[in-house]
Amino acid sequence: MARRESPEINAGSMADIAFLLLIFFLVTTTMDVDTGLTRKLPPPIEEELENPPEIRERNVFQVLVNANDDLLVEGEPMLVSNLRAEAKLFIVGDALDESMPEFKDTDVPLLGRMPVSKQIVSLQNDRGTSYEMYIKVQNELVGAYNEVREEYAQRKFGKTMQQLEDGAQATELFEQQLKAVKKVYPQRISEAEPKNMGE
Amino acid sequence: MSKFKKKKSGGIPAVNTAALPDIVFMLLFFFMVTTVMREVTLKVKVVTPQATEVNKLERKSLVSYIYIGEPTEQLQSQFGTADRIQLNDAFATAKDIIAFVEGEREQTDPAEVPLMTFSIKADQKAEMGIVTDVKQELRKANALKINYSTKKTDKIVD
Repeated sequence: MARRESPEINAGSMADIAFLLLIFFLVTTTMDVDTGLTRKLPPPIEEELENPPEIRERNVFQVLVNANDDLLVEGEPMLVSNLRAEAKLFIVGDALDESMPEFKDTDVPLLGRMPVSKQIVSLQNDRGTSYEMYIKVQNELVGAYNEVREEYAQRKFGKTMQQLEDGAQATELFEQQLKAVKKVYPQRISEAEPKNMGE
Repeated sequence: MSKFKKKKSGGIPAVNTAALPDIVFMLLFFFMVTTVMREVTLKVKVVTPQATEVNKLERKSLVSYIYIGEPTEQLQSQFGTADRIQLNDAFATAKDIIAFVEGEREQTDPAEVPLMTFSIKADQKAEMGIVTDVKQELRKANALKINYSTKKTDKIVD
């Protein structure tokens, strides 16, 4: 009886302790994925440009939102649900239509020199506009661009934008095609400084 | 002889639960690693608007939040119901944003500063005036990559 074996530690309650901790972390964990509209702000203006580049009226798709959340598109009142279709028509454009934006020959990767619309979407809102309305309008405009690009990518390259974006990291061709689509339909949403209008 | 007898008299043998703590620990570690503790207490009510064209925010450590909305009910007697900006744990004004951006940048690895995103979590009832002020200050601070926090929905209603 020189050596007595040390008694084994009872580990039966270890599971209980682990369960307790597990439940704590289960409850506190928030698995929410943050989603949102990603935008890029224009860089700060250094000083007033002496000769601001002239932009013709026909190249601008004007969207105004007033303090009552009313939408005015190209001088006509409109519902948000119609904005996307209208914006798409403008972005795609029509070379023969005088009221539609002009086209300019531009170098596009893979496709060579081709006419690209000089479209610009101008968005102006009031300081009293609700954030909800602003997001809706932004969403529709971004959506219009996305849809136009999607259709073009499928028609021209037979791939969805999702496929192009996923493959852009790995494949040179996909990257070039993605660049081409973005070059043909560049997303130009210009936001003017808000005014106090219609209060 | 007695050895054989014993086996038969046992009835249904108990399920071996020795591995149970291991399984639970495994789950525990998973949750411990994935948990992101909420680092700020919200002082403003924020119900983000809905949109269809949303992107996921990647790299949460590179995202800083700016909250805009009216103060919560407990704080309304003190601060009123006008929309306010919250940075970190305190109310702020648009003027504080440049300092906030600088502070956030200092905490980030210099190589990753260009990838930083500032997410505007504004209440859907907030007015654009205050949101615009925030945007202008972000421009001045040269924090141009922003994100309007929205929930995903299938359809926009008028």
